[in-house]
Amino acid sequence: MWNWFHKLGSPKTFYAISGSLLPYFCVLAGIMLVAGVVWALGFVPPDYQQGHTVRIMYVHVPSAILAQSSYMMMAAAGVVYLVWRIKLADIALQCAAPIGTGLTFLALITGAIWGKPTWGTWWVWDARLTSTLVLLFLFVGVMALRSAMSGKASAGRATAMLVLVGVMNLPIIKYSVDWWFTLHQPSSFSLTEKPSMPPEMWMPLLVMVLGFYLFFFCVWMLRIRTEILNREYRSRWVRELVQ
Amino acid sequence: MMFESLSAFMHMGGHGAFVWSAYGIALIVFGYNVVAPIRHRTSMLREVRQRLDREAQ
Repeated sequence: MWNWFHKLGSPKTFYAISGSLLPYFCVLAGIMLVAGVVWALGFVPPDYQQGHTVRIMYVHVPSAILAQSSYMMMAAAGVVYLVWRIKLADIALQCAAPIGTGLTFLALITGAIWGKPTWGTWWVWDARLTSTLVLLFLFVGVMALRSAMSGKASAGRATAMLVLVGVMNLPIIKYSVDWWFTLHQPSSFSLTEKPSMPPEMWMPLLVMVLGFYLFFFCVWMLRIRTEILNREYRSRWVRELVQ
Repeated sequence: MMFESLSAFMHMGGHGAFVWSAYGIALIVFGYNVVAPIRHRTSMLREVRQRLDREAQ
């Protein structure tokens, strides 16, 4: 197990394995997303209170879940890098930040678009919304710190530390709807409880969440593979690959 | 299908602008996330080749 972990941590092995798996994951992500969007836009019954605006949920909820998940994965990579000094973990951390930024932005903007017809306002400084905005700033901060320190040996450690400090924000986002009186409704999805929605509403949501996860992994791998070539360009296997 | 006609589908019960703009922005974010790494890879491969050529001299 330990041996296997170390082997996968080697850039060369990782590059080979990810390269052979990536096409399948991309196709699967595409199928899930197309199926999810068609289902959500055309076949989900309109909500009895919200009408057709409920369709926004199928973009908003998955992007909000992925925004937090991608930060969590980035933090896990940070721990691996700080403890074991595996270079690949540093690459993974760096490559997750721009994707997470996009997903957090998407969660905020679709939330605003959904909020206008349902709450009557685009934005409120409510705990859920504000802590998600902080998440966006954390992602941007990680990218900014990274580019400001580029080339320095301590860049990896500094960004990993920043990411770990920011992890504090995740439980705040998660429990904000329970701790404070918020305009935002409580979680629509939970791993432990039965969904409060009928199956014809949560099934397409599940497809979309899976599609978003697969999509995240695919574009994450794309970025990681490019960054491996950038950092390992002197090694023999990269030289043989590019020439 | 929940809609009788294409115009009803576009109209979304009066909330077409909200629903379609949310999906439109999602499409832009997803599109960017696909195009950006692919373009970055092409330019990175070129740059790595240049670096190797320079160092070979």
